[in-house]
Amino acid sequence: MRYEAPETLDAAVALLAGESGLAKVLAGGTDLLVQLRSGMIEPALVVDIKRIAETRRIQEESGGFRIGAAVSGAEMGEHAGLKAAWPGVVEAVELIGSTQVQGRATAAGNLCNASPAADSVPALVAAGATARIVGPGGSRELPVEAVAAGPGRTSLGRGEIVASLFLPARGAGQGDAYLRFIPRTEMDIAVVGAGVCLTLDGDGRCTRARVALGAVGPRVILAEAAAAALVGTTLDEAALDALAEAASAAATPIDDKRGTADFRRRVAGVLARRTAVIARDRAKGAAA
Amino acid sequence: MDQSQTTLPRRFKVVGQRKRRPDGIDKVTGRARFGADMTMPGMLWGLVLRSPHAHARIRSIDSSKAEALPGVKAVVTGADFNGERNDVSINCMAGDKALYDGHAVAAVAATSRQAARQALKLIEVDYEVLPHVTDVDAAMKPGAPVIREDLITAGVEPVPTKPSNVAARHEIGKGDVEKGFAEADLIVEQSFRTEATHQGYIEPHACVASVSPDGSAELWVCTQGHFMVRNVCAALLGLDSAQLRVTASEIGGGFGGKTTVFVEPVALALSRKANRPVKIQMTRSEVFRATGPTASSSIDCKIGLTKDGRITAAQAELRYQGGAFKGAGADFGAMAIFTPYDIENVKAVAWDVVTNRPKLAAYRAPGAPMAAFAAESTLDEAARRLGMDPLELRLKNAAREGTKAAYGPTFPRIGLASCLEAIGNSAHYRTPLGPNQGRGLACGFWFNFGGETCTTINVNKDGTVGLSVGTPDIGGSRASMCAMAAEELGIPYEKVRTVIADTASLGYNDVTDGSRVTFSSGLCTIQAARQAIQRLCQRAALMWGIDAEAVVWEDGHAKPAGPNAGKFEPLSLAEIAAASANTGGPIAGHHEVNAEGAGVSFGVHLCDLEVDRETGSVRVVRYTAAQDAGKAVNPDYVEGQMQGGSAQGIGWALNEGYVYGDDGRLQNAGFLDYRIPVASDLPMIDALIVEEPNPGHPYGVRGVGETSIVPPLAAVGNALRDALGVRLTETPMAPPRVLAALAAAAE
Repeated sequence: MRYEAPETLDAAVALLAGESGLAKVLAGGTDLLVQLRSGMIEPALVVDIKRIAETRRIQEESGGFRIGAAVSGAEMGEHAGLKAAWPGVVEAVELIGSTQVQGRATAAGNLCNASPAADSVPALVAAGATARIVGPGGSRELPVEAVAAGPGRTSLGRGEIVASLFLPARGAGQGDAYLRFIPRTEMDIAVVGAGVCLTLDGDGRCTRARVALGAVGPRVILAEAAAAALVGTTLDEAALDALAEAASAAATPIDDKRGTADFRRRVAGVLARRTAVIARDRAKGAAA
Repeated sequence: MDQSQTTLPRRFKVVGQRKRRPDGIDKVTGRARFGADMTMPGMLWGLVLRSPHAHARIRSIDSSKAEALPGVKAVVTGADFNGERNDVSINCMAGDKALYDGHAVAAVAATSRQAARQALKLIEVDYEVLPHVTDVDAAMKPGAPVIREDLITAGVEPVPTKPSNVAARHEIGKGDVEKGFAEADLIVEQSFRTEATHQGYIEPHACVASVSPDGSAELWVCTQGHFMVRNVCAALLGLDSAQLRVTASEIGGGFGGKTTVFVEPVALALSRKANRPVKIQMTRSEVFRATGPTASSSIDCKIGLTKDGRITAAQAELRYQGGAFKGAGADFGAMAIFTPYDIENVKAVAWDVVTNRPKLAAYRAPGAPMAAFAAESTLDEAARRLGMDPLELRLKNAAREGTKAAYGPTFPRIGLASCLEAIGNSAHYRTPLGPNQGRGLACGFWFNFGGETCTTINVNKDGTVGLSVGTPDIGGSRASMCAMAAEELGIPYEKVRTVIADTASLGYNDVTDGSRVTFSSGLCTIQAARQAIQRLCQRAALMWGIDAEAVVWEDGHAKPAGPNAGKFEPLSLAEIAAASANTGGPIAGHHEVNAEGAGVSFGVHLCDLEVDRETGSVRVVRYTAAQDAGKAVNPDYVEGQMQGGSAQGIGWALNEGYVYGDDGRLQNAGFLDYRIPVASDLPMIDALIVEEPNPGHPYGVRGVGETSIVPPLAAVGNALRDALGVRLTETPMAPPRVLAALAAAAE
């Protein structure tokens, strides 16, 4: 196995594109190193992107934030501006692993690991985040929901890297939140996850909403019907009930070691509802 | 037992104090050396190839390509196990069949881990995959795949002519249950299932073996019993016990799971073949797939009572599977199940079943927690139907001094009623519950054990004392040994150092199990100290020129027995030791015993929990454990045992369990999906130490290590019933089951 730590994105892309065997990108390594140690993967090339300056910083851009692919969860949690604008996204990232893991784990890595249960992804999808993909053909922006193709698989082509994530400017009256269900209280993986981002007008009426569900399908689900159940309402009980029902209906879970399909469907609705209430309260705070 | 052993109560000076743990600093600073911390010159890395199939015939193994790989120094298979090929041997290295997912089929030793890993891939095993069964009830059904062709059920008449998966039937009982149930006003009958759980020790198995061409061998290993390791490995590999010296490392948890061997004989076989030291360190996945776990069970329980709550009869049928080898511990379950109660008519039938799962290893009160889950849940249901307080019902039927247990003995002084009273008097018992909360009570029993034990005390010339014991310290026992030696000798605790001596330094010691160490190594230490005192008195007599009989030992000093003995200033231990060269040389005390008189231990647990009725999430919010310790030598460690067992039992009740796929493979071989509780999952567990002295120990000590895992399954289940209004009868009582039970009840 060859290890490379280039200092530019172009060099990283060239290394990855030039490798005929299995090539892997190393950011925090909290998934990759575990896979290496357990013998799950045997890459011919590992490209460490942490020495590339633009992967290591959080920058304000067009009123939003661009988060480098090697920025750790702990760094996001300590960024006051980011935390104030996107509390749901930051909370979701901070749920990954332990305090020690937080010092390494990255949101971009969480996205590229393409686990259906990835904690940060439903929050990013709800927030309308995009990923900047760089590759041999240049650079492009992709909605985060289009990055994962299935469990453990991404839509990225040979030589392509997620260089950064972009969270747009937080609108007036907007709030986001993420909740997950785990059997324990920490150090666990989502059995169901729900991310909600919504916008309220001056009367407390929802004008825009995005609802994303994790761990209830092969990829994170953008539940449009669930979001539609909120738009035009003041998130009264009837709207929240309709949201829960639509979220449960949108879920396509399986029975596995972490829970039954029936359990996940029910809890997807419960969590969507609870998450929407937190997002609403945050939006009201923002509107005030 | 001599007379002095029954002189109770006594005033203790050191025993009963919360003394600082002698191994504490090394453990918190990382200096302590565990199984994986040993290296030797020229050492090779050993890795084990494991079956990916639950059940398969091994047609052939071709290791020629692996052996040809640079760096590979040895490959071993079952053929290299040239001693006894018993169940333990076959579990360590398969014979003609792989019996479970993870079963060892070959092993390599190479100069690097990478080379060893590569070599494993080059070993070609030709498997004929066979039908498998992993569930205990399925394995007992007619037509189930028979996994051991030579297994004929023991304990049934007439003796079966065909093999089956049922290894044995056991029956425990007394009185006439038919008559007892006829006298009952209420009969409660329920069935329960518990999934297998793993001991979950944090330190994976690890050892370094070095076999010399002259036949002598050294083994460094994390184990609960290095004498057991020596004897078993010697037998499996055809070595002389005297030639194999085994040293126990520090141990990062065992809970019963390190009372047998797994990689130790493999490392020795590799070392013998390679003529180099070999280290094997299991991965967590290997630990889950091929070591431990406990039995899974399926139990029917029936209890009859009069209107006023007197139990007239109790009956149970217990079916346990313990993997592909006989000995699932259902007999222990049958012996323990109704033992907390004084019942005239009892019948418990136990079925020992084999399946395609890893061979069971002991886990803290093996066989008892699942039995208590059945009995204590059924009793809780009875209390509800009678409208009786569950504590009152238990107190009314509690076993006491003089009660004859169904498994044989008539109890001397025991502490169950005292534990029930301690819980009844606790603030916890009287605190009102909040919304969505429930409270559950359960009792538990464990036998405890004595066993073969051997200790030596050496008095040093500076007045300090070295104590050698042969029982690995898994729960702070070195501190307790120091305390008991100091107590007897009359010297400060800090003047005694206790070490776990290797197998060449002491006679045979049984493993650290059965909650036996503080009891039996303690008893042995006290007797060795008394022998040392006798010799100290003899030396003082020599120094004074009087008869040894005229010298007594008081407060760490030799003194003339009375005015007729002569007038001499008392001599301290240090003064006698300093002069020992002139009075006959070094001073020591020794004792060996097969200890009888281990006192049984009872416990009572009280659990409050809160349920999220929308997600099925359960949170234990308050937990109190009361247990009879006889005499708590170090209350900190007694409380630690009570809290640790409670935590493990709560994990077993709520989230822990082996998950097998339809392919017979273990799906959750890691701590992510095998969920032991983390610190934030649990409240502080309140420990109430009850002390009803054990008449079989000089200080009244009872073992405390195991009883604490017996009540939690039922205590949690009963609390869940209280909170939900519906009873769960299968562990783990995880959120999907809670939600499904609520949904079923709502329909």
